Amino acid sequence: MHTSTSAPASRSAVAAPDRFRWRVVDIVVAAVLGVALGLVFWAWNTVGYAWFTAMDGLTPGLGGIAVGIWLLGGVVGGLIIRKPGAALLVELIAAVVSALIGNVWGISTIFSGLAQGLGAELVFLAFLYLRFTLPVAMLSGVGAAVAAWLLEFFVYGNIVKTVEFNLIYLATLVVSGALLAGLVGWLLVRALAATGALSRFAAGREHRRDV
Amino acid sequence: MTATLARSAAATSNGGGWLAGVNPVTKIVVALVLSVPLFASIDVVSAAVAIVLQLLAVPLTGLSYATVVKRLLPVALFAPVAGLSMLLYADPGGRVYWSFWYATISDDSISLAVAVVLRVFALALPTILLFGRTDPTELADALAQVAKLPSRFVLGVLAGARTVGLFVDDWRSMALARRARGLGDRGAVRRFFSMAFVLLVFAVRRGTRLATAMEARGFGADVERTWARPSRLHPRDAVALVGAVVIIAGALTAAVAAGTFRFIWA
Amino acid sequence: MAGPARVDVEGWGWRYAGRRLPATRDVDLVIEPGERVLLLGASGAGKSTLLAGLAGLLGDSDEGESTGRVLVDGAPPEGQRGRIGLVLQDPESGVVLSQVGDDVAFGCENLGVPAAEIPARVAEAVASVGLDVPLNRPTKALSGGQKQRLALAGVLAMRPGLLLLDEPTANLDPDGVAEVRASVERVVARGETTLVLIEHRTEVWADLVTRVIVLAPGGGLLADGEPAQVFATHGDDLAAAGVWVPGRPVDLPILPPPPGGRDAALSASALAIGRERRTVVASGLDLAVPAGAGTVVTGPNGAGKSTLALTLAGLLPELAGEVVASVDLAARGIRRPARWRSTELLTRIGTVFQEPEHQFLASTLRDELAVGPKALRMSAPQIEAVVDELLERLDLAPLGLANPFTLSGGQKRRLSVATVLASSPAVIVLDEPTFGQDRRGWREIVALLQREIAQGRTVVAVTHDADVVRHVGQHRVAMGAAA
Repeated sequence: MHTSTSAPASRSAVAAPDRFRWRVVDIVVAAVLGVALGLVFWAWNTVGYAWFTAMDGLTPGLGGIAVGIWLLGGVVGGLIIRKPGAALLVELIAAVVSALIGNVWGISTIFSGLAQGLGAELVFLAFLYLRFTLPVAMLSGVGAAVAAWLLEFFVYGNIVKTVEFNLIYLATLVVSGALLAGLVGWLLVRALAATGALSRFAAGREHRRDV
Repeated sequence: MTATLARSAAATSNGGGWLAGVNPVTKIVVALVLSVPLFASIDVVSAAVAIVLQLLAVPLTGLSYATVVKRLLPVALFAPVAGLSMLLYADPGGRVYWSFWYATISDDSISLAVAVVLRVFALALPTILLFGRTDPTELADALAQVAKLPSRFVLGVLAGARTVGLFVDDWRSMALARRARGLGDRGAVRRFFSMAFVLLVFAVRRGTRLATAMEARGFGADVERTWARPSRLHPRDAVALVGAVVIIAGALTAAVAAGTFRFIWA
Repeated sequence: MAGPARVDVEGWGWRYAGRRLPATRDVDLVIEPGERVLLLGASGAGKSTLLAGLAGLLGDSDEGESTGRVLVDGAPPEGQRGRIGLVLQDPESGVVLSQVGDDVAFGCENLGVPAAEIPARVAEAVASVGLDVPLNRPTKALSGGQKQRLALAGVLAMRPGLLLLDEPTANLDPDGVAEVRASVERVVARGETTLVLIEHRTEVWADLVTRVIVLAPGGGLLADGEPAQVFATHGDDLAAAGVWVPGRPVDLPILPPPPGGRDAALSASALAIGRERRTVVASGLDLAVPAGAGTVVTGPNGAGKSTLALTLAGLLPELAGEVVASVDLAARGIRRPARWRSTELLTRIGTVFQEPEHQFLASTLRDELAVGPKALRMSAPQIEAVVDELLERLDLAPLGLANPFTLSGGQKRRLSVATVLASSPAVIVLDEPTFGQDRRGWREIVALLQREIAQGRTVVAVTHDADVVRHVGQHRVAMGAAA
């Protein structure tokens, strides 16, 4: 019995690239990055948890210093994939993975991932997905940090804590976001590009010596 | 249908319990229903009732109580952190017992602290109970067919996520290689990061090649895709959803009735 | 449209974005329906690029620039996904889903084949490649050869007219190679597909193909005709370019067995080995590795060859019995390599892993070669001298500042051997040193090993390659089948 096997052949041979359309390789690599970073988050849960316990439990808000690593997904996703939604998707996947492997925050990890990813995403959007330099990376880290703070303030209940706590927490989060997420993320992308693994992405071609 | 397509039947018979026959998308909605409303209030009663009612439902999940307790242990380690922070930094109210620099322990902060600890458990339970045993392919099928998320994204993410899990042998080999190169004696942290970075390179490369292989099999084109493994909703899904609503309504009602309901945005 | 496809390539070329030179240009050829073509050429001649172009998978104008035309059945390949099937070299990257049946069905689903027809197609495809496993077998439990056959089945389920295979057996052991060869033969025997195949192990495929096309580096075709004729006319060029031409063996000497009475550099009696404490892979092993000679370890899959190599190298602890080094290798009076410190191992036993990238640590070749000397606290000028000498000796001099991960397969292999030689160990242990190598890379490595043996180094190589056994195996250790 003859069945149709071919896709409609009437499309033009090579469509002009749409700057905003996700290719298959964008989706798959976003997933790879998300899962890999989710594992990093899970590992950081133990290291960062020790710091977080000590600091967050005892000090007014200094626990925020370690949080930056959990914001890496948005920064790295945006810098490598460079399409709308990349920061959000990678951070969200990373959050889901770290929740599934088993962390203590349960489903709220996913809300955090959404908010943090969105925070980074808005920064890349503000630059119209055209600029991906170090300052932009650090700003996206800050965006994710602010979003995390807002989520914890309004939804998780930090609203009932003192003003000093919340302000100090915001400050440490912003610094951590800029450095541990923005700077570290940018360096990570550069190192990855140098190995040639990102040759199908603009991020990989930018730093390549012309061969 | 052939062997490949009898997944959920196999899962149920493998001891997944009554819940294994519930569509993964329904499970996600159930988890949301059981968690989101709890954010509205930090109080002991709503959290406690939610915990008790969910624990009563454990037999439905196919997990044993021992397993559930085991998985709750990490939660038990973290919960005091949340509680401690609330204890010291909540807005003071009622009688003040102790104060130092910015920290104040008061009646309010004590009750909030206890409530937050309980709430951490109440929020952790849904994921433990519902997603202890999820087949990723089944989840992807459900997200694309039932929740109607774009199949390109769902399947692309599924395929990409799979590749990262295959690197255990590479990790072991790399650790041995570092010993052979004279770096095995010191610097465990540096070794860890260097190995993790190499794995990331492998993962991105493999993901890139996988994307080409998927495109070669017609993935990503504008053709309407069919599904070899249909994912559908059944009456059991409605039952599960109703059950979740009952549980959370019960928890919140109990809190209101006990007068402890404390709307945090008030 | 059914039946084998026709391919027309008219003045086609492709340049990847960010590169100065095109990967391939001025390619003109016509492939009639039903032909079986073997595509050859030096690495860098653009064979994989041509195949990807035939499949329509090179990406949009963001990723590169094309000249000329490629037509499959008279139309561009991009809109004909199900008509063209491509199988790539890496078995891992060709597996999409976690169960065999799901993976094979993937292509059908993408093409919109009605769900009711899919199980029949899956069964037919799996049978036609001879993959005899249950459909719910997890794909990660398959061997390399099985994974490649799975990829082939996944492609066949789409009923393509053009089958493109890009070095499908490069990453497989001899059993896997034979499996895939048998599968492809079954498929083309049905006469429903046109085949274009890239492979450098031509003796395996020569009698299956009807035509050989050789791409010239820099553009155009070097040769195009019947296999026997092309090999006869261009055999030398092809051999120099890395292709295993049938009837042209590698011109390296065969080493004689070592003179008797030599000390054993490493020896073991009643040795039991395994990767984890509790699982014994092989036991009761008695062997001695003669100093200053070449030893090869052979055996079927699963026999524990790699485990033995790593145990002899002092990287895995013995599960029973002991590996004992000769007296002049002892460190702090200890003769058991497993008890040596990492820096002591450096100057005594060097290990070259099957996957070179597992060993890479630095971001340039020079730094990579300097890792060992630095760990030994050599002075900066000494390190420079060692690095320069090694780069020259292993023909890697122009790549001093390149990132190790960007090297070709053969270069990576040479680099991993060079890093081991940097600290001048008395013994080198290699795990499958010629794996995945074309003729040129193969020759370089084996010649290198023979030179090292001539200079008195002890070489132990684990291999499934019979030619390596002949050229390096002065002493042979044969391991039995899995316990």
